[in-house]
Amino acid sequence: MKPEIAELQTELAEVKQAVADALAYGKKLGASAMECALTRSRGISVETRLGEVETVEFNKDGALGITLYKGQQKGSASTTDLSAQAIRASVEKALEIARYTSPDPFAGLAPAELMARDVPELDLCHPGDQSADYALAQALQCERHALALDERIVNSDGASYSSHVGYRVYGNSHGFLDGYLQSRHALSCSLIGKQGEAMQRDYAYTVARATADLESPEHVAEQAAHETLARLGARKINTAKVPVIFRADIANTLFGHFVGAISGGNLYRKSSFLLDKLGEVVLPDWLTIKETPHLSGALASSPFDHEGIATSDRVIVDKGVLQSYLLTSYAARKMQMTPTGHAGGIHTWQVSQSDQSLADLCRTMGTGLLVTELMGQGVNLVNGDYSRGAAGFWVENGEIQYPVEEITIAGNLQDMLRTIVAIGNDTDLRHGVRTGSVLLESMHVAGN
Amino acid sequence: MSEHNQVIDNLLTANELDLERLQQRLAGLYTGSIDYADIYLQHSRNESWVLEDGIVKSGSFHIETGLGVRALHEDKTGFAYADEITPVALEQAAAAARGIVTAGQANKIHFPTAVQGAPRYQGLDPLGSLDEAAKIALLREMDAYARSLDSRIVEVIASVSGSYDEVLVIATDGTLATDVRPLVRVNCTVLAEQNGRRERGSAGGGARVDYQYFFTNEQAGAEPRWQSYAKEAVRQALVNLEAQPAPAGTMPVVLGSGWPGVLLHEAVGHGLEGDFNRKGASAYSGKIGEQVASELCTIVDDGTLADRRGSLTVDDEGTPAGYNVLIEKGRLVGYMQDKMNARLMDVAPTGNGRRESYAHLPMPRMTNTYMLGGEASPEDIIRSVKRGVYAPQFAGGQVDITSGKFVFSASEAYLIEDGKITAPLKGATLIGNGPEAMRQVSMVGNDLALDSGVGVCGKDGQSVPVGVGQPTLKLDALTVGGTA
Repeated sequence: MKPEIAELQTELAEVKQAVADALAYGKKLGASAMECALTRSRGISVETRLGEVETVEFNKDGALGITLYKGQQKGSASTTDLSAQAIRASVEKALEIARYTSPDPFAGLAPAELMARDVPELDLCHPGDQSADYALAQALQCERHALALDERIVNSDGASYSSHVGYRVYGNSHGFLDGYLQSRHALSCSLIGKQGEAMQRDYAYTVARATADLESPEHVAEQAAHETLARLGARKINTAKVPVIFRADIANTLFGHFVGAISGGNLYRKSSFLLDKLGEVVLPDWLTIKETPHLSGALASSPFDHEGIATSDRVIVDKGVLQSYLLTSYAARKMQMTPTGHAGGIHTWQVSQSDQSLADLCRTMGTGLLVTELMGQGVNLVNGDYSRGAAGFWVENGEIQYPVEEITIAGNLQDMLRTIVAIGNDTDLRHGVRTGSVLLESMHVAGN
Repeated sequence: MSEHNQVIDNLLTANELDLERLQQRLAGLYTGSIDYADIYLQHSRNESWVLEDGIVKSGSFHIETGLGVRALHEDKTGFAYADEITPVALEQAAAAARGIVTAGQANKIHFPTAVQGAPRYQGLDPLGSLDEAAKIALLREMDAYARSLDSRIVEVIASVSGSYDEVLVIATDGTLATDVRPLVRVNCTVLAEQNGRRERGSAGGGARVDYQYFFTNEQAGAEPRWQSYAKEAVRQALVNLEAQPAPAGTMPVVLGSGWPGVLLHEAVGHGLEGDFNRKGASAYSGKIGEQVASELCTIVDDGTLADRRGSLTVDDEGTPAGYNVLIEKGRLVGYMQDKMNARLMDVAPTGNGRRESYAHLPMPRMTNTYMLGGEASPEDIIRSVKRGVYAPQFAGGQVDITSGKFVFSASEAYLIEDGKITAPLKGATLIGNGPEAMRQVSMVGNDLALDSGVGVCGKDGQSVPVGVGQPTLKLDALTVGGTA
């Protein structure tokens, strides 16, 4: 039961027509500018637990968002109902709202000349089998394999498999109207291990645009079991200042805060610890970050941003020096700069790496903390203060000694980013920021 | 027209459906080994208005209408939904949800007439309770007021939002319930600047009422609520301008009353949700009757409080909300349940079956979770600490229910030295183990307070509004994640 590309193309064409109609209706009502966006997906999500089916869920999600400008006044409305009647009602509602908002000199669409013209085919849609039988077989195979691996795995929080296809459409009153198909499939497994009275839970997952690019159910099972077992016997450590490694699967969060700090919204609100740092050193001089939005088949690829601006390759940081902010057209107008095609977020960042494996990084660190899990939201982008719950492993003489839990790690992001010692070659491809494990000079660990 | 008939009219009659049709559809689902099935219909409207840079920059409006059909067999769930309410959508969703089991003999359903819980709020439509111009005026006044309080305030972001939600649930166990749920919220965030240093403060509140709420206060004659939010946001930002790095390590921690009850939500609440305990996945699994907290602690989940953000007349499975004691004098006495987990654990549902919308499955969720007051005066609690941290405001938290580890982040904190509150501290994350932390509770204040109505709880990707509360509390040892 695989959705047909031709069928999806037909639906995409219908939705584009609905957006065109909405834009025409807005124009008729006197909107001076208008934009419409819709991301829709449908598919299946299943969960199994202890070798049995737990949930079979058929998904269909997505709302049409309409933003309309009356001069410099802006109103928004959205609807999940795509009938002509509901869309017209939403356009009218957006127009009514625009009567009440204040004129904002910076409001409006992105400049017409930046709209994507030749939208590249990025190979983002590979429908998979969406039958309950197939989905359940993937989850069951994974979970059963995991449960048989070690007797300390005493329980399961379940395995899940999901497969979705859909499309993204964006149109505005510059005449831009385009869309593309996309797909996403994922398999995950979460296990519970027990040692004495203490239980630990951990998980593993694989995600890709094509089912052929997913890791095997057995691989996910083995990784989940490995992670869970490794946490058994975790203890607290003493309060100290030590070097820290963020393992690759969570290291993207560090650059995620960096993304927040160089995003227009935080900059024009003067709410970033990286204010006025364009052209200045923000990372070590060996570190470069490149954005590659057109990487074929990548999860974070996109031919145009949420304002229709063509995306393109871009150097974000060159040898430690910040080369670009991330600006929507609104932020760009406020800051008297040019929009960068980042409405809706970033598109596949490649962070430079060394040839060191994670084991090599541990040896470089010598004695310190390897962090594999972070908890809580203790990050203040205004001043860069960072304090989060953590779990991981204590490392001595380059070797993992024992698992660690119930500690916090704290520092200031500005210093943390500038004092990155090395980045490993164990790049995690599942995130929009592709980075290996990151070794930091030192952080405050709070424990006993 | 009664509220019940009004919901039936809007959700069914207007969509060419009626109760008989829903009952027929349920009867079709309730065959073979299906233990339970329900149909959930929902129509909601919400709006939000935001002021920034002194102008009302954006307004948005969203309508959501849809239905969800669920069929259960033992611990297996089949679920499908549609983002429209039509006879065809109902048939398709029912057929898909049913797919988890093969057909069989029809089971017998009894449909009583509607049973409603005691109403916990009025079925108001907040969106229309204030005209657009007045909503805008409120934001402008809040902006001007916050700026007038201190010249160091350089930015104000004010928002007002409201939603109106009509739901109907009908189930094979004889449930037929409707609910009309209003919810409003006002928030004020400010940025203060002094000598190049910038710090933020934020405050707000809300309830299941209409917008008039923000123009009144608990005590008659007191300043309106919107003013107190602006004042509080400014106060926090100014305190944070002076904040010094927090200490690192394990030490006594005193938590303020009200919103710091987020501690209970994370350290205790999630671990007592029925699904985790049925699965044996919680640090509290199999511990009913055991001492899991200091005997000073009595913790309840209470969906019955009038007009509260977390309150419900009925939950999303049609069970009336309850006052459920979770921990009594430190002893674990009960979990929070939805229908499925209650049935599988052979206990009664507790009115905690909640879902974000028709497009999400119900799960056991909290409503308003708080600790009952004790006997100590807050001043005595502070006085009892030689060196520690006093934290009256928090940003949010997270828990790993299996290991019991939880974190929550202070957004306003002070050092306690020799029984006195001294220097303000920068925000820091506090980390602990739920059962362990609750055993460390050594003093409970006589000043129980609930939060101002801002809580959002996330679980498995679903967000629902909740409330928290507690009196001032002292924990003898908690790890503080500072840098000093």
